[in-house]
Amino acid sequence: MTAAEAEALELAAPEHPLREFWRYFSANRGAVGGLVVIVIVVLLAIFADIVSPHSPIASNSKAFLVPPAWQQGGTWTYPLGTDAIGRDMLSRLIHGTRFSLLIGCIVVAISGTVGVALGLAAGFFSGAPGILIMRLMDIVLTMPPLLLAIVLVAILGPGLVNAMIAVSITYLPFFVRITRATVLGELGKDYVTASRVNGAGTLRLMLVTVLPNCMAPIIVQGTLSFSTAILDAAALGFLSLGAQPPTPEWGTMLADARDFVLRAWWVVTLPGLAILITVLAFNLMGDGLRDALDPRLKR
Amino acid sequence: MLRFLLTRASLVIPTFAGITLLAFVLVHAVPGDPIQVLAGEHAISQERHDELLKSYGLDRPLPIQYLRYVGHVLEGDLGRSLITHTPVIEEFGALFPATIELSLAAMLFAVVLGLPAGILAATRRNTVLDHGVMGVSLAGYSMPIFWWGLLLIILFSNTLGWTPVSGRVAVAFDIEPVTGFLLIDSLLAGDGDAFRSALSHLILPAIVLGTIPLAVIARMTRSAMLEVLGEDYIRTARAKGLVPLRVIGIHALRNALIPVVTVIGLQVGYLFAGAILTETIFSWPGVGKWLVDSINRRDYPVLQGGVLLIGTVVMIVNLAVDLLYGLINPRIRHRRA
Repeated sequence: MTAAEAEALELAAPEHPLREFWRYFSANRGAVGGLVVIVIVVLLAIFADIVSPHSPIASNSKAFLVPPAWQQGGTWTYPLGTDAIGRDMLSRLIHGTRFSLLIGCIVVAISGTVGVALGLAAGFFSGAPGILIMRLMDIVLTMPPLLLAIVLVAILGPGLVNAMIAVSITYLPFFVRITRATVLGELGKDYVTASRVNGAGTLRLMLVTVLPNCMAPIIVQGTLSFSTAILDAAALGFLSLGAQPPTPEWGTMLADARDFVLRAWWVVTLPGLAILITVLAFNLMGDGLRDALDPRLKR
Repeated sequence: MLRFLLTRASLVIPTFAGITLLAFVLVHAVPGDPIQVLAGEHAISQERHDELLKSYGLDRPLPIQYLRYVGHVLEGDLGRSLITHTPVIEEFGALFPATIELSLAAMLFAVVLGLPAGILAATRRNTVLDHGVMGVSLAGYSMPIFWWGLLLIILFSNTLGWTPVSGRVAVAFDIEPVTGFLLIDSLLAGDGDAFRSALSHLILPAIVLGTIPLAVIARMTRSAMLEVLGEDYIRTARAKGLVPLRVIGIHALRNALIPVVTVIGLQVGYLFAGAILTETIFSWPGVGKWLVDSINRRDYPVLQGGVLLIGTVVMIVNLAVDLLYGLINPRIRHRRA
């Protein structure tokens, strides 16, 4: 084979899927920016103990509501100031990344796994079981997610774990619906029939044949749920129904800070900013993923 | 058409059953003995306990209790608040107009800003303006609104002193409730100062509650407009020599509005959830704050009744949106028939 022939062959060969994905994804500057922020947040969460200058829960009785370093009365000992009982804001914010990522991961893992399983079942068994699953999901959907989460936490009792369970339940219908819709679209295709004719059992058809081809919209839904989960869990924390003090969860920190709105802007502004930046990063990345994974948008 | 109406409307029954079941389970799943919960701090004797258990029907099997509960609900009896001893449905009726007033103001804010922003972004696609509008709306969509409310309070109420921090109207004004909407009632009473007071109290909460719908509407309008602007009939309209304003304002917008109207309708559920946070921040005396207070006070009949009523309202609005959508768009109407 000559060099020219080899080159021609290479040109004709289809682009590796991952490489193609990255080409579409990296063309979206917002998505890349979101990814960078997410990487930073993940690194902060992993190395929180090393990066934080102080303990997130140790209070200093000599330093209540110290303003950030650049303000009058601030000190570089506490670069972003301290809260009402003298805890370092920066260390609390850094440790907060752990809780937000944990909330996002757990919620997406629970509602994603259960939702995809139910969605697959509803798609494959479109008779009574499918109808039953979808009606149940319709009922869950009538309740606004945050309201349902509040009700569930009121039943289960306040706390971070219960808040995560409650939020997971409220996101179930979205995963079920998107999985079922995609499965129904795939079921009519030739490769499924071929696999069925080859004697593949239902479980194999579901998990090995069809599911991998349904992943794109599920991944996008997962990223977008990740960001709303952070928002909703923070809202529960803000209503004193989520993580309980002294946990340095951003929503809970805001609830503590409400009384100091007039006196100390930093205890109110910073945790919310952290939530906004993290959620925005996930939404930007979700948009980029959708553009890169949705075949209809590709030319 | 009739078939579509009936099919869609018949879904209301299982949904309503589901909501009542949720409300029923809510109270029964709360840890602890229901009579103890009802009695609160008071100690009661074993005889009184049994007597109460019987009088509430709590000694019966759960399915019977559930049916009795649904029976009471259908008669409009949702129990009484443990704190105020007022019937839950009366309390809801008194507070609900405040939430509707806030939600309508928020929706007005979202539509008035969101539609033009979305149209502008679509017609100036890939310009700085488009990227700016989309960037801001994605930030709005990612906004923790409870924090956004606190920021606006710091800026407009504390630093600038333009708006009050909380409540619906200054205490000095005593307005006869006619419609329950303070803006209308104060106008009916001919009290200009009360109207201005009510308006200044309404602005910040409406902005806070309207922020996420605003972002959703702007994004939806943009993508619907982009889709429509690529259609052949738009090219025809342009080729006929119609002025761009007419092409965009009449030919494109009318068709782009269909999905946008649906999205607006579907925001109703969000408005209730958002109202819980917004009312808590601004001490707005609506059903959202009432619900949160009921959790903190362990006032279970209020929580149960509130969830049931809000769920029912959202269900009815969703049904109305679906039916309206079917009326506007024949493709939906005939899809399942």
